[in-house]
Amino acid sequence: MEERQKATRRRRQVGKDGIKLKMILFGAMVAGVVLMAVLAPYLVPYDPYEQDLGNALLPPGGVHLLGTDRYGRDMLSRVIMGSQSTIFSALLLVAVITVIGSTVGILCGCHGGKLDALLMRVSDIFLAFPGMVFAIAAASVLNGGILNAVAALACISWPKYARIARSQVMTIKTMPYIAAARLSGSGAFKIVIKHMIPNIAGPVIVTAVLDIGTMIMEIAGLSFLGLGATPPTAEWGSMMSNGRSMLQTSPWVVLAPGVAVFLTVMIFNLAGDTVRDLLDPRQRGR
Amino acid sequence: MQKLLEVKELKKTYYKKKVPFVVVDKVSFDVNKGECLGLVGESGCGKSTVARIITHLTAPDTGSVLLDGAETLFLRGRQERWLYRNIQMVFQTPQDSFDPRRSLGDGIMESIRNQGIPKVQARKRMYELLDMVELEREFACRYPHEVSGGQCQRAAIARALAPAPKLVICDEATSALDVTVQVQIASLLKKLQKEQGLSLLLICHDLALVQTFCDRVLVMYQGNIVEQGAPDDVIMHPQKAYTKMLIESVF
Repeated sequence: MEERQKATRRRRQVGKDGIKLKMILFGAMVAGVVLMAVLAPYLVPYDPYEQDLGNALLPPGGVHLLGTDRYGRDMLSRVIMGSQSTIFSALLLVAVITVIGSTVGILCGCHGGKLDALLMRVSDIFLAFPGMVFAIAAASVLNGGILNAVAALACISWPKYARIARSQVMTIKTMPYIAAARLSGSGAFKIVIKHMIPNIAGPVIVTAVLDIGTMIMEIAGLSFLGLGATPPTAEWGSMMSNGRSMLQTSPWVVLAPGVAVFLTVMIFNLAGDTVRDLLDPRQRGR
Repeated sequence: MQKLLEVKELKKTYYKKKVPFVVVDKVSFDVNKGECLGLVGESGCGKSTVARIITHLTAPDTGSVLLDGAETLFLRGRQERWLYRNIQMVFQTPQDSFDPRRSLGDGIMESIRNQGIPKVQARKRMYELLDMVELEREFACRYPHEVSGGQCQRAAIARALAPAPKLVICDEATSALDVTVQVQIASLLKKLQKEQGLSLLLICHDLALVQTFCDRVLVMYQGNIVEQGAPDDVIMHPQKAYTKMLIESVF
């Protein structure tokens, strides 16, 4: 009996350590990717914008590790430089929608009544709309540009966070500790800051981290359609778009940014899953 | 006997799918200074709703609640704090009445700090309160899930006593605890009542507890107060059929 208990405890301990190890590993990978984006201007071996038509479309290898594009620009430099615009805009986007969405959700959850009904119907409309279609329309109305793409995607992505925050607020709102805080003389604002936000943060953060990957893809998607980053800015989506006519003759022009998107999204998704396991033990092992 | 709290003609209706359901129907009673008043009745008879109305957690349809002769139901914002300095509540589920992400000491400190007391003095006062409820000082840095129900309820009582209130409402404060701890908590409340000159409103469905600890008892049934008087009279010689039934089902 005691042996079995010990074994269970040991297994649990191993499970916990495993998650911590995974968190360290994927955390380090995320940190690496973000660091690459931050330090991009210092990491690039060549100027990513310098054209050299004599060396156009060189295959990978030699001095240009990932080859060159049709203007003779070094692909490796452009991929590194591109990480900056793609990852930063994705992080900015996720930060914006998390803040806006949770604020709306908390407001709805706490206030209730007509305000809640109104804001939730608005979010229903956004949720009912095919997101990418709306983003394409909004981005083209706003005339392209990476910040406009972020704004367009933010418009359609916040309702998810509003829903999560609202449902969380609804469940903890009736908890005795919220009533106790009121009886302690804390005002509504203080209760939200000190008691509600810390208690609803878990699910919101997990969703946000898991969304980073999706948002990288959507921003790259808009840029691919020419609605995000404007040339000559190095951005993974627009780089793929530029190279698509040469897919059969010089595939590296498409593959380099494509693999970069793939790896980055994978790293952020794995990190997101691990964060979920860490913050939400009920989901563990699913 | 001086009246501390006067509850007059309280009425509260809940709507379930637009069907009205009267939980509290014209309830009136007084709480005297320094007395321990018991409020008994079966589940769903409106006891907790009365407590929630007195503490502004629920708004009544009609009626008034007077504290020291002053109407309290319309107080908002800063004025509401005056109410909470005089009336405090201890909840049924001790673990849920503390924020799971904050230590018990933090929870008690919040109440003290909200009275405008600087941090250092507030910490001292918090330790005094822990001594008062016979809880060791190290519990201040424990989290609600790390302590037993009885210990958590002691901390909740300490928090309720923080503003030095005149009335403490215990909404089934002992129901979630096991029998021996129930008696300990009830004795602690009684002791504090004597020491601090508190009034207690003990909402409860345990008649034995009420008989031992209360000076006066009210029996509530389907939103009405059907009987009141000294606990021995009410329990030994019940007048109303419902009270008889309630007592028979326990003893």
